[in-house]
Amino acid sequence: MTLWEIDIYPSADERDAAADSLIAAAADLGLASDLQVATSRGFLIQADFNRDHVELLSDQLLCDTVVEQAKVDEAGADALSQPPAPGLSQLVYVLPKPGVMDPVAQSTMTAIADFGQSAAAVRTFRKYWLPELPPPLFDKLCNKLLANDAIEQVIVGPIPFEQLSFGKPYEFALATTSIRQLDDAGLTKLSKEGQLYLTLVEMQTIQKYFNELGRDPTDIELESVAQTWSEHCSHKTLAGRIAYKDEKGERKFNNMLKETIFAATQEIRKSLGDKDWCVSVFQDNAGIVRFDDEHNIVFKVETHNHPSALEPYGGANTGIGGVVRDPMGTGMGAKPICNTDVFCFAPPDVDPETLPPGVLHPRRVMNGVVSGVRDYGNRMGIPTVNGAVYFDERYLGNPLVYCGNVGLIPQQHSFKEVKPNDLIVALGGRTGRDGIHGATFSSAELTSESESLSGGAVQIGNAITEKMVLDVLLEARDRGLFNAVTDCGAGGFSSAVGEMGEKIGADVWLDRAPLKYDGLSYTEIWISEAQERMVLAVPDHKWDELEELCSSEGVEATIIGRFAPTGRLKLFYYQEAVGDLDMKFLHDGRPPIVREATYQPLPVKPLKLPAAKSCDFAGDLKQILGSLNVASKHWIIRQYDHEVQGGSAIKPLVGVLNDGPGDAAVVRPVLTSQRGVVVSCGMNPRYGDFDTYDMATSAIDEAMRNCVAVGADPSQIAILDNFCWGYTDRPETLGSLVRSAIACYDMAIALGTPFISGKDSLNNEFSYFNDAGEKQRISIPPSLLISALGQVDDVRRCVTMDLKKTGSKLYVVGKTFHELGGSHWSLIHDQPHGAAPKVNAAMAKSTFASLHKAIHGGLVRACHDLSEGGLAVAAAEMAFAGGLGAELSLDNMPHDEAAKHPISLLFSESNTRFLVEVPAENEKQFQSVLAGIPHAAIGTVIEKPTLTISLKKTKLVSASLDELKQAWLAPLDW
Amino acid sequence: MATPKALILRAPGTNCDRETAFAFEAAGGAAERVHLNRLLDQPQLAEGFQILCLPGGFSYGDDIAAGRIVGSLIRHHLDEVLREFVDAGKLVLGICNGFQILLKSGILLPDAADGHAPATLAWNESQRFIDRWVHLKTNGDKCVFLKEIEKMYLPVAHAEGRFVARCSDTLKSLDQSGQLSLRYTDAAGGEAAYPDCPNGAQLGVAGACDATGRVFGLMPHPERYLEPTHHPRWTRGEAGEVGDGLKIFQNAVQYFA
Repeated sequence: MTLWEIDIYPSADERDAAADSLIAAAADLGLASDLQVATSRGFLIQADFNRDHVELLSDQLLCDTVVEQAKVDEAGADALSQPPAPGLSQLVYVLPKPGVMDPVAQSTMTAIADFGQSAAAVRTFRKYWLPELPPPLFDKLCNKLLANDAIEQVIVGPIPFEQLSFGKPYEFALATTSIRQLDDAGLTKLSKEGQLYLTLVEMQTIQKYFNELGRDPTDIELESVAQTWSEHCSHKTLAGRIAYKDEKGERKFNNMLKETIFAATQEIRKSLGDKDWCVSVFQDNAGIVRFDDEHNIVFKVETHNHPSALEPYGGANTGIGGVVRDPMGTGMGAKPICNTDVFCFAPPDVDPETLPPGVLHPRRVMNGVVSGVRDYGNRMGIPTVNGAVYFDERYLGNPLVYCGNVGLIPQQHSFKEVKPNDLIVALGGRTGRDGIHGATFSSAELTSESESLSGGAVQIGNAITEKMVLDVLLEARDRGLFNAVTDCGAGGFSSAVGEMGEKIGADVWLDRAPLKYDGLSYTEIWISEAQERMVLAVPDHKWDELEELCSSEGVEATIIGRFAPTGRLKLFYYQEAVGDLDMKFLHDGRPPIVREATYQPLPVKPLKLPAAKSCDFAGDLKQILGSLNVASKHWIIRQYDHEVQGGSAIKPLVGVLNDGPGDAAVVRPVLTSQRGVVVSCGMNPRYGDFDTYDMATSAIDEAMRNCVAVGADPSQIAILDNFCWGYTDRPETLGSLVRSAIACYDMAIALGTPFISGKDSLNNEFSYFNDAGEKQRISIPPSLLISALGQVDDVRRCVTMDLKKTGSKLYVVGKTFHELGGSHWSLIHDQPHGAAPKVNAAMAKSTFASLHKAIHGGLVRACHDLSEGGLAVAAAEMAFAGGLGAELSLDNMPHDEAAKHPISLLFSESNTRFLVEVPAENEKQFQSVLAGIPHAAIGTVIEKPTLTISLKKTKLVSASLDELKQAWLAPLDW
Repeated sequence: MATPKALILRAPGTNCDRETAFAFEAAGGAAERVHLNRLLDQPQLAEGFQILCLPGGFSYGDDIAAGRIVGSLIRHHLDEVLREFVDAGKLVLGICNGFQILLKSGILLPDAADGHAPATLAWNESQRFIDRWVHLKTNGDKCVFLKEIEKMYLPVAHAEGRFVARCSDTLKSLDQSGQLSLRYTDAAGGEAAYPDCPNGAQLGVAGACDATGRVFGLMPHPERYLEPTHHPRWTRGEAGEVGDGLKIFQNAVQYFA
């Protein structure tokens, strides 16, 4: 067989875009200011083809001859090593490492076969031509820009091999681990070196179990226990016993989450009685609530932080792929209808020289994460309609990637039940060595060594495989071909089968699982986190029809076992029994974790505001508009398809030029109906530096505000929590989390707003050794994301935030307090003091209800919530989004006495506030609907494109819309 | 005659098939979503339909190039069936990825004498996926789908939509024959620069038809503007009573009236 290489270059008239972006990135990172590069993409094809046939393939399949030109030869041939331009003598190939998903290669294999002969193997690559560079710079370029060592290999010079490597056939050998004789030190060592990441007490419990059995565990048994007991799968810290102490005293939890967040939902459901609109909460892969007479909607938000730190593209890619499988694996399978994505990064202008070892530059992380989400969401055909990005230095080693998905499910399919003796069927992608130890890895802290240690935990997705699985899954659901479904996420088959068979038992025949390549051990098959796989429980008599359906759409479905009613998890590899565990031990045997948690509220240090001599705040306003958290995210939003599925009703960007920052997106999931789903979020990690209680209530208030601002009914909003925290073994770190969970309970109860699902990601810290050899830690700030799922009965009643018409009155709704702690005004002035915003939950509830009544009644032309940057930012955004000016006077603005300073009135970030455009003819009615809620007319919409804000005849802000908008657009206009 | 039937062809990775079927139904036609594998097994299925539509999406993940894999499948297995379909006076519509497939399969523009495609849809000038609304005007009256349409406002959502002809002569002759039937414009209807022309297409070409005017491909998504609330500024009162995109589907259905 011959290994053929096809290099595809841009044709003479086309620019080398990959080279251009590389040159720009090298300049951004300060590596080289005037780099010269040429690039090509290409294919390695291993086959018994003659040259003519390969040239035919190149001409008709691989190269677009209108805009590209190809070079074909045997790999290693001199002709392929001739520089395309003088001076470019250094040749670099970048290939996916063997075993890493290469979707293009798979499709290419299939397409090649249509030309009459099959290829034995295909691999894609990228090829770079560089000038002679000093070795340190050359190495830096390779490692920091050309390739990511977690998934790719760099080859300098011509292709040095004559065959593409395949996996070697696996030779079976049963591995047992001697655990019974180990002392505590030995157990700790085994946990760490085996990447089990279990505590000593847990290791002792496992030791005791096998002592009683009189044998040592096999490797697969140990792995099964480690995965099931991992923080990622069992949430043992937050669902564990916690002794919490704060300024109010002590509180003991047996199960912290159950007694706070779940409890709130239970109480709310109970109080709703017959009117309870929750369907399934905190039990399935996603929460379910009622939508219309026929459908329910499901919602789940996950994080994929650790993989995204190592390989941003793959991590975010599989993050969205993974969370989409949650609704698909909820009930009998929901249809995904929209995505939401929230990211936390370090600022992109970090000096590359100051990066700790093992850390990718934030700019590269951002680019990778956004591309990863884009490519998976767009390919799946799911509109990405909502999101946010937060910047803080502390996300440097540990960026956060929250991915969420909403699904639609017919009501009768909302529940599932595995029946004894159902077949265990694997559906979708094949199993490979990707993602080994993902579940246990994500429960550990990152270090500068993580990259080499856990590269296998990084996965690459193939969205089209998942789309194909989705297509057959929904059809199979509607035909009643299975009894239950769940997704293969963290922990792979181990966790999916273990969960589904918990109450029954399962026999698994690991040798039957279809593999991507040879060489996987039985344990690797069991714990692989290869993407795009679902597990179904299928009755025997439905198997033939299911198999036929799947094969008709080219989706692989394979029987890999049976839910045998033994109460045990029995694992086989051909005839060999390789594992046998009691389901009870697996699921209930973990010793409870008991942790201490403390919280000491920081004393509020008063924020001293400058005497109001200088009264021009236009500069402050522009600076806040241009701060990264507030600035326009159009660069990201426009890369996402936010309209696919044809139900878009309120888009993420709104206004006269389609570029204003909408509060929440609205989609119609049922095309024949006007009923809409509203998705929004709330988060502000900066408030957590003051008090995590206020951070949590503020996040809930913000998510609710965004939803209500477009027209959602506040009495039917469901919310989700995602806690991303630092190292919770430290009592004060855990304490700050418990405090925010208590806040979630209080706020949910007060608003009557149920949590329906949630997820936590702990130990988000990065540690490394500095030049002096001292251990350094960077812990992320406490980061609670609240996602809200609202509903509107008719999308035609929704409003957007852009000013609509000259002459309208502008009303501020809600009261302003002196709450500048953690605000963006404090951020730009480097002010660490002050108090973070609090929430008056009872007032919030009635404000939301009244405002909703006004919007639903058609009294409102535009509505925007007041958040980062307060009133001034909201007014500026509304004005430039609508292309109309505004004249505001703050004399009558409802405010607390302490907030009378113009800086407070303009920039305080007090909760539960809105700025509302009301047509003059609706004023009376609007006022009467808002009776009892603090509100005041503070301005008018004007034709002239300026924003002026004054207080007692003093002008505080006077600026043209153009300059305000430019300040807001420029920072992330990439 | 009976309600015209549209075959909505879906391949692995097609993702606009449901809303496109809905659009044909809203226009008074009937629609059936058919998997590519089924048509490959039973090509005669096509005979029962008057309209073939290749909807948007990422068939085979845009692997190698957008539309390339399905284009190649058509060239090897369905070429004859589709040519018969067109020769029988029926209609073929390709939207976004469907347009990419129609060009790459040689169905929309026949290969030149040297066996090469005369035009392609290359990567956007910006090198990235873009979702935004664009102004469009029609050019000539050759295209059946664009009958009585002068201008439209529709969204695009693609990464590979830059129309490029093999050479200036090819471009000129396509233009002269009236086949470059849909163009991007600026808001005032004039020549479009980026981002009004979202991808850098030659002559601002957004859609093209074959010599008969019955095979048409376009990058914008007409199925995404059927209802007023699809319009990005409907809350500003700027949407019409029906969406601009509906007329394309109505033209297709009414062609058989």
